[in-house]
Amino acid sequence: MPIVLDHVSFTYQPDTPFAAPALHDVSINIRSGQFVGLIGHTGSGKSTLIQHCNGLLFPLAGQVTVDGMPVLPKGKDLKEIRRKVGLVFQYPEQQLFEENVALDVAFGPKTLGLEDAEIQRRVRWAMKMVDLEFAKFKDASPFELSGGEKRRVAIAGVLAMQPKYLILDEPCAGLDPGGREEILDQLKRLNEKGLAIVLVSHSMDDVARLAKRLIVIHEGAVVYDDQVRQVFSKAKELADMGLDVPAVMKLMMLLKEKGLDVRQSVLSAEEGQEEILRVLNHA
Amino acid sequence: MLKDITIGQYYPGQSFLHLLDPRTKLICLFAYMVGLFMVKEPPGFGFLAVFTALVIAVSGVPVKVLGKGLKPMWLLLTLTMVLNFFMVSEGDILWQWRFLKITDAGVARGVFMAFRLVLLLNVTSLLTLTTTPILLTDGLERIMKRCFVPMAHELAMMMTIALRFIPTLIEETERIMKAQMARGADFETGNLLTKAKSLVPLLIPLFVSAFRRADELAMAMEARCYRGGEGRTRLRQLQYQGRDFGAFIATACYVACITAGRFWLKTW
Repeated sequence: MPIVLDHVSFTYQPDTPFAAPALHDVSINIRSGQFVGLIGHTGSGKSTLIQHCNGLLFPLAGQVTVDGMPVLPKGKDLKEIRRKVGLVFQYPEQQLFEENVALDVAFGPKTLGLEDAEIQRRVRWAMKMVDLEFAKFKDASPFELSGGEKRRVAIAGVLAMQPKYLILDEPCAGLDPGGREEILDQLKRLNEKGLAIVLVSHSMDDVARLAKRLIVIHEGAVVYDDQVRQVFSKAKELADMGLDVPAVMKLMMLLKEKGLDVRQSVLSAEEGQEEILRVLNHA
Repeated sequence: MLKDITIGQYYPGQSFLHLLDPRTKLICLFAYMVGLFMVKEPPGFGFLAVFTALVIAVSGVPVKVLGKGLKPMWLLLTLTMVLNFFMVSEGDILWQWRFLKITDAGVARGVFMAFRLVLLLNVTSLLTLTTTPILLTDGLERIMKRCFVPMAHELAMMMTIALRFIPTLIEETERIMKAQMARGADFETGNLLTKAKSLVPLLIPLFVSAFRRADELAMAMEARCYRGGEGRTRLRQLQYQGRDFGAFIATACYVACITAGRFWLKTW
């Protein structure tokens, strides 16, 4: 059972002089276990789109369902929908508030009304998922951790709800390369365990490396929804929307321009290396 | 619900009122308020209603926007009105229950009080709706300096910053609220105690971020060598224009009418 957005449109502050249309007739679905990249320029409607997936915003027109449950304001399934669809906002470390890490991670499960033993089990599990050693971090104040650690605590806080889908809005923004790698690796592992992941990102390299499917959104409408390779083969169209292709693809395009007959739809550095060697050895 | 807060909001436009010097607007608003509290009888309120309607029409701000600004105040308005009903003991008794009674004079007083508050709120919000925060505090600073208020610049700067950060903090509140709702927090249901408790996950991050912002702003101001108002010059100097004199004349007429009505006709 998937998350389905059916002809969804949305406008901020409708019927006022400040009205700002954000989504036009968006229809997508996210199936369980998928790893989907969502890219678009600043202000293209990415954040608005993901907030529709767990009932933080409701469409003006169209319908959203999560595993068959309609997402409606004050709907009876709203709580269950928000549990199923975990949403990690941009700079999620700003939502931390408890006196220690373990309590903060436990906030989500507590609102579900679980038993203490189960809450403890989930806190340990969630912290393990993001590589935070329970014994070392459980009593630390979340305000005293490093930027990358804070962010991992915040992600653990969402994971502890044990969602079926995890949506992350720019989870690597503002992190150093090391912190970034750690988070991306953890996402990969989570996906391998069967969690569906939607990764909103500015970094084409990150989505190229991890996502299987890519959704491109421009001015509130879905422009492409396809395999990663297919989408990145439209380099020129993407550039017109202010979007890039992965660095390795750019290199391949430059090499081709210089007369080296390499395949261009290359997504990772390793794949690029092989391709260049293949062509060079052949020549 | 947070979208209803419109304190300090600016409504872009090019009307006569928008283009007035902020000092003119502040002085005229003061005169308007004095007039508002001089009036005691129905004919005077009629005059006030007409004058206020004219000012609103000139501003080009839709009545709907003004009405939205009043929405959070309705509780206060009703409370003032109803309290006044019971406060006045003169006049014919309309309703009585033990020591509580409502008289016709009390009803009149309550209605007038509420009416006065509505006008006051409308016209003061008109001031912020037609003046950008920068111009407003600029004007305030100049007026305070004229009146030898100490630390005029610092006070005005504090106000500018406060006004500037209202929308930012509202946005931040909404963002944190959503982030906690995504973790299952519920801000709407439950009794007063659970509701108050549910605010903790909202308020702590909000305070943390407000302090962080204040810190960053102080640092940025220091980095630009800000050290208060002394010897500070301005890029844009405020200058009275012809239209400002027009506004002063209109306000003078308003005050004259009310004074005449009150002390000469003695029916306002």
